[in-house]
Amino acid sequence: MKALVWCAPYKVQVEQVPDPELLNRRDAIVRVTSACICGSDLHLVDGFIPGVEPGDILGHEAMGIVEELGPDVPAGKLAVGDRVIVPFPIACGRCFFCKRGLTAACDNSNPNPELAEKLFGFTTAGMFGYSHLTGGFAGGQAEYLRVPFADVNLYKVPADLHDHQLVMLTDVFPTGYMAIEQCDPQPDDTVAIWGCGPVGQFAIRSAFLLGVRNVIAIDDEGSVPERLAMAREAGATTIDIRGESVYQRLLELTGGIGPDLCVDAVGMESHGYSLDALYDKVKSMAMLETERPHVVREVIRCCRKGGTVSIPGVYGGFSDKFPLGALMNKGLTVKTGQTHVHRYLPELLEHVRAGRIDPSFVVTHRVPLDEAPEAYEAFRKKRDGCIKVVLDPQAGPEAA
Amino acid sequence: MSTVTARGRGQPDHPPARHVDPEARRAPDDGAGERMVSLAAGSLLVAFGLRRRSVPGLLLAGVGGSMLARGALQSPTAQAIGRALIGAQGEEGLRIAHGVLIDAPADELYRAWRDLERLPSILTHLERVRRIDERRSHWVARAPRVAGGRVEWDAEIVRDEPGVAIAWRSLPESEVQTAGEIRFQQALGHRGTVVHVALEYRPPGGRLGALVATLTGVGARRQVREDLRAFKRRIETGEPITIEGQPAGRCGGLGRFAQTSGRTS
Repeated sequence: MKALVWCAPYKVQVEQVPDPELLNRRDAIVRVTSACICGSDLHLVDGFIPGVEPGDILGHEAMGIVEELGPDVPAGKLAVGDRVIVPFPIACGRCFFCKRGLTAACDNSNPNPELAEKLFGFTTAGMFGYSHLTGGFAGGQAEYLRVPFADVNLYKVPADLHDHQLVMLTDVFPTGYMAIEQCDPQPDDTVAIWGCGPVGQFAIRSAFLLGVRNVIAIDDEGSVPERLAMAREAGATTIDIRGESVYQRLLELTGGIGPDLCVDAVGMESHGYSLDALYDKVKSMAMLETERPHVVREVIRCCRKGGTVSIPGVYGGFSDKFPLGALMNKGLTVKTGQTHVHRYLPELLEHVRAGRIDPSFVVTHRVPLDEAPEAYEAFRKKRDGCIKVVLDPQAGPEAA
Repeated sequence: MSTVTARGRGQPDHPPARHVDPEARRAPDDGAGERMVSLAAGSLLVAFGLRRRSVPGLLLAGVGGSMLARGALQSPTAQAIGRALIGAQGEEGLRIAHGVLIDAPADELYRAWRDLERLPSILTHLERVRRIDERRSHWVARAPRVAGGRVEWDAEIVRDEPGVAIAWRSLPESEVQTAGEIRFQQALGHRGTVVHVALEYRPPGGRLGALVATLTGVGARRQVREDLRAFKRRIETGEPITIEGQPAGRCGGLGRFAQTSGRTS
């Protein structure tokens, strides 16, 4: 089959690789009909997350049709031909964490937990196409995908919805939703969201879905105007990081107390124009720091006293100049984590079915898998208004 | 008093001799030549054993340590160096204690451990356990092939409370002094059962053996921890999670070039 393979920092290519096979008795093989490129794929491709090896197949946002089922997948749960989405964390469904709905923390699904234990103390769940830190599972930017514990990790979806409405449920929609939902937002809260990529866009809309009325979206008007335009369409007030002081504007918009809930939807590769952003850029290039945590510093500084900082943005290692003093003295609450996708699927699908949100709004490009390397470049450089790319592994190279 | 036998491959499988005449070790012909052989072979085994950083490695190094001690301790200089080196080490050998929370009732887990003959499928440093009678069993632990070794001992069950605990220890005349205890403790709430495992290996070779045991302890602990993780996963999910056999790319063509040339943008 064809698959998108990571070969070296900044180098991915489409290759012929062997078809996946059932490796365990609860496995399934899915024929992928849509697979997205995610902002965190860029962290992997750029070498910011440790444990990616040459030859690894990327992609953790996939959906498709069940092609084959292992003999121990409980009868009645799934059938060959079912249309399914694949949450990006792999859950066993049985451990302490899965039973509490913390599926991204599954204790049993990472076959190589020692690496993560050295780095984090404990391992996260295994994840598709997401470095050997999370198990090294082959990803979904391919014609076929092998899914472990298929009865837990395949979620059947209705036929009357389009792929682009559904594939966002594998990661970005639940990630943006959880970033707000787990902070227990109140109707009179002001929510400020740094970063208006796909996760930020879903965080904005999720805040409104969850009853918040004041949402402020922050990004770079000069380089990605389409993102702030999309945020305004959703009803958010916007701040341009290049044109104005984010802190000053937030004070102005909140009567001087700061936003109640501040969301870092940017993560480890933030690009800023301040002195500390330059400091991080130099340090990370010299391998002295694994993150560029400019945004999380600003988020902590801007958050109101006693407020909540939510971090759906991905970090992988260690940060410098972390403002622990502000965190402590202002009494902030921090909410973060890889997304427990499984637990949110029923309620999010209900929002989609009821027409309260159409997740396909974020898709700007659909291209054949063969054109994935060019699509990665367009996404990285935010060319051509690129916000979200969906790859079509079943399309021929000539189709557009 | 040697119940530890480092056997060559192909040798017949028989229970180890348990009653070697102690006088035989101090016979007058046990002289310089044998001392050199002991030192050389002992060093080799210690080296191999240490490299393994595992329970079998530990036991092997212990056997080597024993031989090393026999050779070394008869030379006055070596005795002084040895004393300086190992003076601070205790004689307790290696203790490994680990606990793992498993979502299953204590009775079910107890049954998985109670059949000692199935224990090697959980604790991978064991090769086999053979039941002799209701209380006694013969144990064989793995050792590196290159040294042709296995380590064996006889053990007896000293505690057996269904659903609560199982404990065993080697018979007094074994040279590997080892003991093990598994306790099944119901966790608070509905969290399942915490399985507490405690293993103790006192390898042969006295203080030198203890030194070796300390050095290999890190690897041995890791092995037991991984074994218990695998056990928990098998009980909870019914299958071992793996990526062995999944597809991967080869980074042919430009991809390989990119690997050697580093960042391309």
